[in-house]
Amino acid sequence: MAHVVSLVAAAWLTLSLMGAAQERTPEERGLAIATEADARASGWHDSTAEMEMTLVARTGDETVRRLHGSSLEVDGDGDRSLVVFDSPRDISGTAVLTYAHPDEADDQWLYLPALKRVKRIAAANQSSAFMGSEFAYEDLVGDELGKYTYRWLRDEPCPGQAATLDCFVIERRPRADTSGYSRQEVWLDSREYRPWKIDYFDRRDAVLKTLTYSAYERHLDRFWRAHDMVMVNHQTGRETRLHWAEIAFGTGLSDADFSTAALRRAR
Amino acid sequence: MTALLAAVIGSAGAVAAQDLAGSGSLEVTGWFQAPLYPGQQRVDVSLMLSPELALEWADQRLLVTPFVRWDQADPERTHWDVRELLWEYAPGNWELRAGVGRVFWGVTEFQHLVDIINQTDFVENIDGEDKLGQPMVQVGIFRSWGSLDLFVLPGFRTRPFPGPGGRPQFPLPLRPELAVFESAAGRGHVDVAARWSHVLGPADLGLAYFRGTSREPRFVVGTDAEDSPVLIPHYDQIDQASLDLSWVAGAWLWKLEVLNRDGAAERFAALTGGFEYTLYGVAGSSTDLGLLLEYAWDERGRFGQNPFNDDVFAGSRLALSDVSGTELLAGLGLDRRTGAGFVTVEGSRRIGNRWRASLEVRGFFAVPPTDFLYPLRGDDYMRLQLERFF
Repeated sequence: MAHVVSLVAAAWLTLSLMGAAQERTPEERGLAIATEADARASGWHDSTAEMEMTLVARTGDETVRRLHGSSLEVDGDGDRSLVVFDSPRDISGTAVLTYAHPDEADDQWLYLPALKRVKRIAAANQSSAFMGSEFAYEDLVGDELGKYTYRWLRDEPCPGQAATLDCFVIERRPRADTSGYSRQEVWLDSREYRPWKIDYFDRRDAVLKTLTYSAYERHLDRFWRAHDMVMVNHQTGRETRLHWAEIAFGTGLSDADFSTAALRRAR
Repeated sequence: MTALLAAVIGSAGAVAAQDLAGSGSLEVTGWFQAPLYPGQQRVDVSLMLSPELALEWADQRLLVTPFVRWDQADPERTHWDVRELLWEYAPGNWELRAGVGRVFWGVTEFQHLVDIINQTDFVENIDGEDKLGQPMVQVGIFRSWGSLDLFVLPGFRTRPFPGPGGRPQFPLPLRPELAVFESAAGRGHVDVAARWSHVLGPADLGLAYFRGTSREPRFVVGTDAEDSPVLIPHYDQIDQASLDLSWVAGAWLWKLEVLNRDGAAERFAALTGGFEYTLYGVAGSSTDLGLLLEYAWDERGRFGQNPFNDDVFAGSRLALSDVSGTELLAGLGLDRRTGAGFVTVEGSRRIGNRWRASLEVRGFFAVPPTDFLYPLRGDDYMRLQLERFF
């Protein structure tokens, strides 16, 4: 009898030790990868950029929009951003100020230059198209870590131009039920944790859009930023290309540059 | 003022950036009803030009926005203005502005009750959204407890009105040149204003104070040189305290504007408020539909000259997130006491990269003589505008 007890005890002890050294669950691994990617992309304090957005219709016709903006990292909260539209010329000077919050609705204000009016707007429209493009508002501002639950799917070579690198493929599900997506699949390279491709799945779990990143450049010896992004909508056949020019970090911006008074001065 | 500008520009050295914006437009207006008074037209053509120049260097900026309009039917509508001639200095969490500028206060859509700083350019549009430039010196500071803006407003501008050839007209001839000022300083009176504003989570709150010449004229029946009865605008000295508040809750946006005005001739309170509810992606598309409902109340009731004294406004705003940025706004206003009503429809869309076409239709119905909208009862119009942006 003592033999059996000690055998069971030994077996239990062995199994416990094996459990401690065992692989984490896919959910834990997915969260760990996303957390590392977020950590590597953080700490830039403030940045400014100019962006050109090209809308490509099914027919191949192209329309170009230009805007510029700045962002500020906030300790313990989401980023603040101020975006000013440059073209088309009838909306030039229109600006949007956003205070992102990971756990609640963002605060957002719109500046209408014709009236010199700052207007608080309801930021619940995550799934609305941004300026008629294939990017929804949540696609452009949606990367706060706490907004999703994560699950690691597999490892494979990175897609397209980055085929020489190995990628993690993780699935992330938006926590907010106001999101237009059921889930997303993200390819991050295992060396620098940069996103290379995201597949967006709609509420019926069909692939709706694919976002591809390219032209990565390293800033301040630390931060990788993709200068080109292409969003293809598989269901409409339309495409939007983003090209980022003039990205600068640490230009000395502060809270005062992201106030409603700064919004009123925005050009 | 000119010396200060010259000194600033002279010391600035090379301009870091300059930007040209603004627009020009062609406007055609047609009225549905025959004119009420001789000399008025049925169709009007007008041209407008208003470039905006911005020069920037270091923490400073100079904005220059001249404005000119030529109107075929109404010589009083042919007018020019300096909308902006403003020097701005914003080194960090404070700002200084001096010159001629435009300041907007308010949160509601149908009536901008607390928007007092600038005089309304009433010949441009009867909806009161176009304003004349206002000379000002402004200091603004930004702190954790909010923003505080202090204004000194030297120089007062009287409100322009349509002339005898224009529409709408009042039952008695309006003679702006006979304007009476309560203050002996007249147009030279220096007004002051202050506003504290703060963002508290979902709420944007503003408290403001104004002391000086009321931008709203009070019409008094008088006589001209030939002893004919005419309407004479009186500009009183007033003390006005106001509050503006907006509150966001999901897709709901709640708004309130309240004021209390104290002058020798009258003392009253007024408010306007309501909500805007946005339906995103209606019918599965990326079209947003906003539903608006607002109420306006003026304590003076029928003894005041504000037509919106007990009125309900309902409207909808449709914004297609299409390539052309198509927008449509439709609104209906009803006076609960007199039954007078107005309807407004505005739509616009972009053409190409630099043009925008807009259509504005306004109509007034069931307006009894007791309602202050009565002069507009026969001036329903449709206005088409083609605007070219620089």
